[in-house]
Amino acid sequence: MMRVPEEVVGRGPEPLVQRGGPAADLLVRSVQVFDPGSGIDEARDVLVEGGVLSSLAAPGTIAPPEGVEEIDGTGKHLFPAFFDPHVHLRTPGQEYKEDIETGSRSAAAGGYAGILAMANTVPPVSSPADIEALRHRASNDAVIPVGFLATLSRDMEGRDLVDMAELREAGAVGFTDDGLPVTDAGLLRRALRYQRMCGGTIALHEEDPSLSAGGVMHEGEVSAVLGLRGIPSISESTMIARDADIAGYENGRIQVQHLSAAESVEAVRAARAAGVDIFAEVTPHHLCLDESCVRDLDPSRHKMNPPIRTAADREALIGALLDGTIDCIATDHAPHARQEKEVPFEAAAMGVTGLETAFSSLYTHLVLPGTVPLETVIEKLGCGGRAFDIEPFAVVEESPANFTLVDLEAEWVVGEDGYESRSENSWCAGERLTGRVLMTVANGQVAWRLRSFSLGVA
Amino acid sequence: MKNLLSISDLTLDDLTAILDRAESFAEVSRREIKKVPTLRGKTVVTLFYESSTRTSSSFELAAKRLSADVMSVKAGGSSVEKGESLRDTVETLSAYGPAAIVIRHPNAGAAGMLTQWVDASVVNAGDGMHQHPSQALLDLFTLRTRIGSIDGLKIWIVGDVLHSRVARSNIEAFQMMGAEVTVAGPPTLIPREIEKLGCKVEFSLERMEEADVVYLLRMQSERMEGNFIPSVREYARLFQINEQRLGPRQLVMHPGPVNRGVEIASEIVDSDRSLISDQVESGLAVRMAILYELLAGRPVEGGEGPSDPLPTIGAPA
Repeated sequence: MMRVPEEVVGRGPEPLVQRGGPAADLLVRSVQVFDPGSGIDEARDVLVEGGVLSSLAAPGTIAPPEGVEEIDGTGKHLFPAFFDPHVHLRTPGQEYKEDIETGSRSAAAGGYAGILAMANTVPPVSSPADIEALRHRASNDAVIPVGFLATLSRDMEGRDLVDMAELREAGAVGFTDDGLPVTDAGLLRRALRYQRMCGGTIALHEEDPSLSAGGVMHEGEVSAVLGLRGIPSISESTMIARDADIAGYENGRIQVQHLSAAESVEAVRAARAAGVDIFAEVTPHHLCLDESCVRDLDPSRHKMNPPIRTAADREALIGALLDGTIDCIATDHAPHARQEKEVPFEAAAMGVTGLETAFSSLYTHLVLPGTVPLETVIEKLGCGGRAFDIEPFAVVEESPANFTLVDLEAEWVVGEDGYESRSENSWCAGERLTGRVLMTVANGQVAWRLRSFSLGVA
Repeated sequence: MKNLLSISDLTLDDLTAILDRAESFAEVSRREIKKVPTLRGKTVVTLFYESSTRTSSSFELAAKRLSADVMSVKAGGSSVEKGESLRDTVETLSAYGPAAIVIRHPNAGAAGMLTQWVDASVVNAGDGMHQHPSQALLDLFTLRTRIGSIDGLKIWIVGDVLHSRVARSNIEAFQMMGAEVTVAGPPTLIPREIEKLGCKVEFSLERMEEADVVYLLRMQSERMEGNFIPSVREYARLFQINEQRLGPRQLVMHPGPVNRGVEIASEIVDSDRSLISDQVESGLAVRMAILYELLAGRPVEGGEGPSDPLPTIGAPA
């Protein structure tokens, strides 16, 4: 059996790392292949040999070569695998919440074949040695290719720049103080200027702490009723406007993370109109929920930063997804242990998990009601690497197999069978969703299968 | 009714039932022996994570007057200081089989969380800046006793509305009883979109003469992060209720503790327009009524209740 090399994908110091493993030999028979990027939407036999997608042929026409597992894809869909540029793997330091193995498995279970890990670990990822150690760990533990960002400021203290060039040489995909905003405009300016020399997209958690001021949810009607400190939308949008101006001035590239507010959408539109090299993310939970959900005061599902905002904000985000203002859907998968969430709302940790439910939640909340076409969801879940020069996966012959097999009819209850993630703070825990990932092939390896599906009963 | 968490969980009938019940307990408090056997053999736990004088003492006394066994736990000096989680503390106390847990906590929703963990009835004695339903009920009782009906009253709630759980409970409760509510204070202490609760908003006291009742709130500096007002002196000049501002027919209420000379002038506290000590007195009867409603329940529909629901202890059966 052929082995896939440990370090794969991309260029320069390979941006993504995956553990070595057996290459897939599979024939998915008569499956509906839907790859909007390649313009395919029809039933095909899909043959994978030695991890490479070797043939896409009319259904029932491929004779299975010897030793190839045959899977009946009738009634199922095969999409190009997804890519999430915003995941918290919690390694090093908080492995009780998540680690590279559980986090990457959680991603594979959601149909992802690539993720980027944030740097706000304990300690933060600030040195080339940190990046090298993580990449080494990933080459043993990551079931799908994983890339790592470094912090932007040393130890995330918001004062001094990290050694950006050396970190790039060590394999840092980009730079981010995510979890915290870069409040010092001068620091961001220097980072963007230095970026001209060494590259590395800067991903920004946009929040003005003097405006968010200890807030725990969106500032508005619901916070007024519940007596919870509010985080106003302007705490995000004013920082986006500031940072876009700085990026424009320095001709740098930024990715603004997890957009939550209508005002932020406007700020991104204005920046792009002004020619700024800006990319924007949105999370599934911001696309699917509005602030009324917080009335249940359940921090495990509904406390995160930025917070869920109003129905009008949600509409604006959906509009921005449809018109291209928002480039990609990123989960901001943020695992927390039960004891950090099983406390009153104000005292609980910020963040929710989202990898395993991203597709299903979007399909249930946006595609089935007719709000967003399936095509858009597939595209936006797929192109999260673009800001980092990582192209979306495609279902085309003679390329490494990166796809996910999905049953669009299947219904399931989130958390009913547990989670692949080590944490259970899913924002849609207990919800019945439609559409389920059955199998994910990542860079030519079978990274995940639904247990019932692997037994052939799905 | 199993728990009392928030005014919005109650119907008008629930409110009225508690107020009516409180009237009979007010009568008990005027007896020579102020104790009834209703909750004999039941345990009531009070669990206070914040300091309190009025609320904790009146809940304790209310439970004792109903003959319950009372266990009072305060966060200071308990295992909470050793880092025990709310859930573990509550489950530990549950092992004693309490019929009710009365909890005050600095975070919104804490009382609600307890209902997922314990079988006991849960009474919210104040959760963060969210709700303080027993305060709202005793305020309704005080007004009803003094004026007769709350329907149609104009009530102004003045002061630090932003940080006040009392305001949030009382806006709802006053409106349910038919009052017209206005909140007034400096804009930095009035939450955005509070008008969605159905109240009017004023940033000055110019039109306060329309009010039948002025309900004052204390400046909750312990909950403030940063300067919400430029100075207490300026606040007092603009918003203090004093002889110049309060008309002869206007009544004043305050949940306490009062800061004399800040939100209210000393002479008003002591005047006959002040209902502040009536409120404290009502607190006992209303909290007895709350515990009664939750733990002794209403008589079964159509069935026969006890002949005398409130016999004095020691009275012949």
